[in-house]
Amino acid sequence: MDLQPLFQWFEGTSLGTVVRQSLWLFPVIECVHLLGLALLGGTVLVVDMRMLGLGLRSHPTAGLARKLHPWMVASLLTLIFTGIPMFLSEAIKCYFSPPFWYKMGLLILATTFALTVRRKVALAEPGRVAPALVRLTAVLSLALWFGVGFAGRWIAFY
Amino acid sequence: MNLQPFFQWLDATPGSIAIRESTMLYPIVETTHVLTLCMFLGLIALLDLRLLGVGLRGIPVSHVAGRLLPIALFGFVLMSISGMLLFYSGSVKAAGNIFFRIKVVMIALAGLNALLFHFTIYRRVAVWDYDAVPPNKARLAGMLSLVLWAGVVICGRMQAYNWFK
Repeated sequence: MDLQPLFQWFEGTSLGTVVRQSLWLFPVIECVHLLGLALLGGTVLVVDMRMLGLGLRSHPTAGLARKLHPWMVASLLTLIFTGIPMFLSEAIKCYFSPPFWYKMGLLILATTFALTVRRKVALAEPGRVAPALVRLTAVLSLALWFGVGFAGRWIAFY
Repeated sequence: MNLQPFFQWLDATPGSIAIRESTMLYPIVETTHVLTLCMFLGLIALLDLRLLGVGLRGIPVSHVAGRLLPIALFGFVLMSISGMLLFYSGSVKAAGNIFFRIKVVMIALAGLNALLFHFTIYRRVAVWDYDAVPPNKARLAGMLSLVLWAGVVICGRMQAYNWFK
């Protein structure tokens, strides 16, 4: 399946065109994207570190995960809604950028993992999930989000 | 004091040239800067949100500060090292950039805000540790921290776009 015509269409959308033709729109959206990423980083780190026995150790993982869940979802939504206009403005470039495809693949994996396995493990009663599995979940989560951020930055370079 | 000759000398050193002209090194340093920024700022933001009484409610402020700040500081060190390497790779250009200059001032102000917080209202944290909404001075410190660090990130990002060149 050739996706290039679809990406051509993305690039030609009015939103993409407006962002591309503006001097300041892309940088401003990019700043909000970066701030959202930082907040996502914090919310993900606190829970993953807790699962690794670091950070807020005297508080149960489930409580932290519950308190931080809305912030994680809010930062993810910020990232998605700022990411879309940036993508539309340079869809063809993204089409030919390997880091873009890695990022999208990792993003789908990271989001799915966060909302399914990791959420289940984080909210489980203490002792219900084997400690090794809890740690593995945290490591996978950190690795996936690290990959998303890393690949995202590299869209600018390749 | 004119630092221009020093920055010119710095830019001509082999290390600076190596980072600037490398196809891998520069992106790696830049990516490290962005990701460690997330580590630092993400954790600081959570402390700030706790101080504002909107995030991590129910968790004592001293726990958030005591357990998360050391990890945030670890991120800060990595962010600073990678940031200095980025500066080192093109100091003349950076030093002459208005966004970079504003950024440096904002980092200093954010540092000052953190120091003031720790040596004033935070000294009496035992009194308000469990408050869902901390005292005004603590909330002000949290708000200033959020605004200043967001400003630092925005200036850092804008630095790449030489609008006023």
